[in-house]
Amino acid sequence: MQHTSTQDTLVGLFVASGIIGLFFLAMQVSNLSSFVSEDSYTITARFANSGGLKIKSPVSAAGVKIGRVTAISFDQKSFYSEVKMSINSKYNALPDDTSASIYTAGLLGEQYVNLDAGGSDTPLKNNGKIEITNSAIILEKALGQFLFKSAEEKK
Amino acid sequence: MTAFLQYLGQSTRISFTKLGRASCFLLQILAGILSLLARPRLLLKQLYSVGVLSFLIITISGLFVGMVLSLQGYYTLSDFGAEESLGVMVAASLVRELGPVVSGLLFAGRAGSALTAEIGLMKATEQLSGMEMMAVDPIRRIITPRFVAGLISMPLLAALFSAVGVIGGQMVGCGLLGVDEGAFWSQMQSGIDFKDDIINGVIKSIVFGFVSSWIALFEGYDAIPTSEGVSRATTRTVVNSAFSILGLDFILTALMFGEH
Repeated sequence: MQHTSTQDTLVGLFVASGIIGLFFLAMQVSNLSSFVSEDSYTITARFANSGGLKIKSPVSAAGVKIGRVTAISFDQKSFYSEVKMSINSKYNALPDDTSASIYTAGLLGEQYVNLDAGGSDTPLKNNGKIEITNSAIILEKALGQFLFKSAEEKK
Repeated sequence: MTAFLQYLGQSTRISFTKLGRASCFLLQILAGILSLLARPRLLLKQLYSVGVLSFLIITISGLFVGMVLSLQGYYTLSDFGAEESLGVMVAASLVRELGPVVSGLLFAGRAGSALTAEIGLMKATEQLSGMEMMAVDPIRRIITPRFVAGLISMPLLAALFSAVGVIGGQMVGCGLLGVDEGAFWSQMQSGIDFKDDIINGVIKSIVFGFVSSWIALFEGYDAIPTSEGVSRATTRTVVNSAFSILGLDFILTALMFGEH
């Protein structure tokens, strides 16, 4: 009988340590802990070109990450790219004339949406729209324009 | 020429017959799962011999694999000035690939071979037919508990392997090589997704546990009941499990991570 109960304890310890391992992976290693029970609201912005922006790309204001991109779709009527973002409810005081631009983190880093707060007193509501946007900078386009310009100057 | 063709046809037929028997065997195992719930003590005993006894080899290997990954990754990443990404590199390779695969291979070597040898010897000493004489179904009594124990142990062992490996990588990376600890963890957390990486790793390990316990039990049950037959069956268990784990890993990886 003594033998069986030690075996039970060891099996219990084994299962517990396996579950602790899984818990550790979920909480410490992955991004699960930063998602737990966060209320958020959705805002939409339209860009002439959303470049390399992806779903789950970060949304930041003044360098602080306040949300992420949840959907990107092509609007057939205006031929604009419609970007939906979910913003943490803690940051609910963004004014309704906030402008959105797509920047690149570093020279080759991933693209993210940057929100610049405006001066209006009314805050953005859930499902609100951002009217002022700046498109992503397409490197090839900028490079092409630069080369074209310098060629013209030489003439 | 005719002899060669004959040999080819014969061996193809034999391997298909074997696959058919293995599938039938699997169905018999699965049919016994419900009745196992009535006797959890049988399962507990097998969890001890399959899971607990593999605990040590898995944790120690995990620790060393994590440490080596960290060491190797550091030298490559530091060439690009990206040492801070060490955490995400170690964790991603462990959680996605090395955790399930290496612990699956170790599991096949440690627990799978033992299962085959045990069942093969039971067959050789006619314990299985003895049970049948006493109207005890050997598949329900002997095989199913071992199969379920393998299925439960494998994901736990793989999770342990990855967790210990991440800790080992952190010890070497932050302790020995001087990577900033905050960057190590924060890059890891922003780079590893719970659903895409961790859950997929767990699914992989469940599949590997399923396949390697199935192979081990079938080879033992199907072994020629002599000492030579048992030794051959044990070898086949390790070889076939390794092949199936690595092959399935490729397919699963292509399915899970292909769309990014």
